[in-house]
Amino acid sequence: MQTKNKKRKFRYVWNFPGFGGWTAIFFGFLYIPIFILVCYSFNSSKFAMIWTGFSFRWYAKLFSNDDIQTATINSFIVAFAAAPLATIIATFSALALVRGGEFRFREFSSGLITLPLMVPEIVTAVATLIFFASLGINLGLINVIIAHTVFCIPFAFMPIKAALEAMDPNLELAARDLYSDKTSTFKTITLPLLTPGILSGFMLAFVISIDDFIITLMVAGGGATTLPVYIYSMVKMGVSPEVNAVSSLMLAFSIFIVTLYWFFNRKINN
Amino acid sequence: MNIQGENKTQNRILSLLPLWIVIGFFMIGPLLVMAVVSLMESNVYGGVHFKFSLSGYRQILFDTNLFDEIEFNPAYLIIIARSFMLALAATFLSLLIGFPAAYFISRQSDRVKNILIFLVTIPFWTNLLIRTFAWIIILGKGGVIESSFNFFGLLDEESSLNLMYTNSAILIGLVYSYLPLMVLPIYASMEKMDLRLLEAATDLYSNRIELIRKIILPLSMPGLIGGSILVFVPCLGAFIAPDLLGGGKKLLLGSLIQFQFSYARNWPFGAAMAMFLLALVILVLIFNARLNRKHREYANQK
Amino acid sequence: MMEKKVNAIDVRNVTKIYTSGNAQTKALKNANLTIYDNEFFTLLGPSGCGKTTLLRLIAGFEDITDGSINLFNQEIVNLPPNKRPVNTVFQQYSLFPHLNVYENVAFGLRRLKKDASFVESRTFEVLELVQMKEYANRKPNQLSGGQQQRVALARALAPEPKVLLLDEPLSALDLKLRQAMRFELKTLQRETGITFVFVTHDQEEALTMSDRIAVINEGEIQQIGEPEQIYESPSNKFVANFIGEANLLSGVCKTSGENGVCELDTGHELNLFVPPHIKQNDKVTIFIRPERIKIEKSSKDKSQLRISEFTYLGNAATIQLKSNNQLINVNLPIEDLKIFKKDDYVDLHFPKESAQVID
Repeated sequence: MQTKNKKRKFRYVWNFPGFGGWTAIFFGFLYIPIFILVCYSFNSSKFAMIWTGFSFRWYAKLFSNDDIQTATINSFIVAFAAAPLATIIATFSALALVRGGEFRFREFSSGLITLPLMVPEIVTAVATLIFFASLGINLGLINVIIAHTVFCIPFAFMPIKAALEAMDPNLELAARDLYSDKTSTFKTITLPLLTPGILSGFMLAFVISIDDFIITLMVAGGGATTLPVYIYSMVKMGVSPEVNAVSSLMLAFSIFIVTLYWFFNRKINN
Repeated sequence: MNIQGENKTQNRILSLLPLWIVIGFFMIGPLLVMAVVSLMESNVYGGVHFKFSLSGYRQILFDTNLFDEIEFNPAYLIIIARSFMLALAATFLSLLIGFPAAYFISRQSDRVKNILIFLVTIPFWTNLLIRTFAWIIILGKGGVIESSFNFFGLLDEESSLNLMYTNSAILIGLVYSYLPLMVLPIYASMEKMDLRLLEAATDLYSNRIELIRKIILPLSMPGLIGGSILVFVPCLGAFIAPDLLGGGKKLLLGSLIQFQFSYARNWPFGAAMAMFLLALVILVLIFNARLNRKHREYANQK
Repeated sequence: MMEKKVNAIDVRNVTKIYTSGNAQTKALKNANLTIYDNEFFTLLGPSGCGKTTLLRLIAGFEDITDGSINLFNQEIVNLPPNKRPVNTVFQQYSLFPHLNVYENVAFGLRRLKKDASFVESRTFEVLELVQMKEYANRKPNQLSGGQQQRVALARALAPEPKVLLLDEPLSALDLKLRQAMRFELKTLQRETGITFVFVTHDQEEALTMSDRIAVINEGEIQQIGEPEQIYESPSNKFVANFIGEANLLSGVCKTSGENGVCELDTGHELNLFVPPHIKQNDKVTIFIRPERIKIEKSSKDKSQLRISEFTYLGNAATIQLKSNNQLINVNLPIEDLKIFKKDDYVDLHFPKESAQVID
């Protein structure tokens, strides 16, 4: 009698059958809708849902739409104002919280930073609307910039804090030991080493500001429309291929910045 | 470190002052003003009549009828219950979808792991409105699903599956919006897990299901709880998914609040609802802090 | 003719307490020591004993709780680290990762506003000294551990400090490199004539390199002395145990004085110097190094000492003698390996001066 010499396929005990396929479905679920959206932006049909052929016409049309251009400019003005403000505030906070040792307002201050993440966005949006309205502050884009600065702070803070925690505190002591005073230690050691972290924080804050919709919708008055708010009004009027085109561009922009951030961070870590 | 003769207090206060001003004035300030407004009377023309009143909160449960009598009105209670149920369902579904994926990712080589986790985070950094809008193209009338059904002759041209404006559509939107937030903390707690524990458990006669139940689930519990909270809280106050996919017909807490400020212009009621939502979230966060503390105490006992 | 010694560092009644929340940790308790100019001085002790704290107090990285530190008779406790003419070599080197080797070494000279030509010549001179001249343009992460170590040394030596502080600089290196660097450090110290204050937990490192050693435990200085002094006549049980191997045998004093007699619990009578403050019938602890004990064969009726463990080490053996409840460790030289085996009864001898009554 011949014994069967067929070897059973070896599988590590921590390898579960089916999990790989499930993960593929998971990523499909995350990315297929985005993929479909981008595909349809190249659809030549006037009706967004029916595919008739490949075309760039909706992208071309964007460049003749003044409203979209104004909204885009507004979005960039807000992000270029709010992200640097948030980054500066986050940098100083991180320096005090990571390098400041133990002190009385420590817990309170780190609580303040995470507060915008804890409160539901719709509540922040409504509260800020009431706040500006009841104080009679109606400065158009400046209202939006203030609101964006607030919720960008925690996002700018995270990478800066991480960079500062990863930095050997002895480096600053070594500089002090080598006859450099507080100011020049900050300029020659701390700041150059922290720059990648600060830039990362800026990028995240920038993306968060560009993408924000709910708070901007509530806070922005007429004339202060940003791109997401404009897209929302277009969607509400009915799905048009133009929405697909401008949405695809926005997605591409965010993904570009975040990918940049990722490569940048990987370089720091190596 | 504390260098001899250097006053740190002054530095700290100077560095933290901008934070205190910005968050204090433009975050805590608005929340306080909102709390005050929720205790005011509404003005017929929209806005606020500055007179103390609990009508904003009373309106959540009661309504005044034509004869000026107060009667019980379950409409908002139903919206609250629906928000709660949908948020719970979305959390559970995300857990179901996210758990195996998080586990699979955590078992890959460092290189693959980093790329996959980056792919999980990308949607989080892209515009939620646009990502939700993509589902209109898929679920909508004549959208991707209906046209494929058409193509295979499962559906004739005139009829529709009516996928949009349903609770299921909202649920899909919610899961899609917040799924990355479920996967990241679970992944973080699994990544630290020692693989030899699984080998030890198998060596002691566990099968794969027992491995999940007895080893993987308990050890990734902090991640499971953290992820569930990260999904549940924003779902409770979600506005975009119910607005776009529910078409404003299926109101949830978030869209109801927004509605009070955009169309209904009943600020005190909207503020009261927002306070109610905030209170719910604070309760969830306190519950989470308790659980975390228990976990830490348990870990310290060893 | 004795040369007059110059005090480089005077540590007087130094106390350091760390406060975190309500908890207080006493890192140093009323420490006193003097370090002379041109000396290779080592602070030796187990981790957490306060040796690094003392070094950081001298450098100015911690604020002192009480006491004073003088550098060449000048009070320095109120000076920030950048005003103190001492430099530190850090345990993990802490080279500035964004600056190349040259800029790292020139860093201190530039902060001291030395003129450009001097900065260049001095930087290359020091790089030459540590044999790192050809690496001047490398970044720290392009260097091996040993090379980083040399750069860290060069960086601290470049400004010609009055005292060089070294915080376990060899602990991150592998064994071979560590042994080579010991020799180099010692040579460097002799050539530059700079006072070195060296922190380590490695007794072998301390014994081979130092002119003098201070043994520290739990924030208190246990003994200060030359390596031989510390090894041969430790002043207490901690020092005896921490440095080398020691037998601490308990017994009772019979006669005190120069020709004192003590009886061990094993029944052996020992002839040794017993300090006069110990009286008859006082309990005493007697210290003796394992390599000082000689054994010879005996029999069951003559001796109670039996070989209970025999551990073969290749070039020698360690054996453990047991009698009543006392264990005595003995190092057996290679020529005696064949003579003894486990369960043999033995008798022991040692020179009178190698045993010592200890506190």
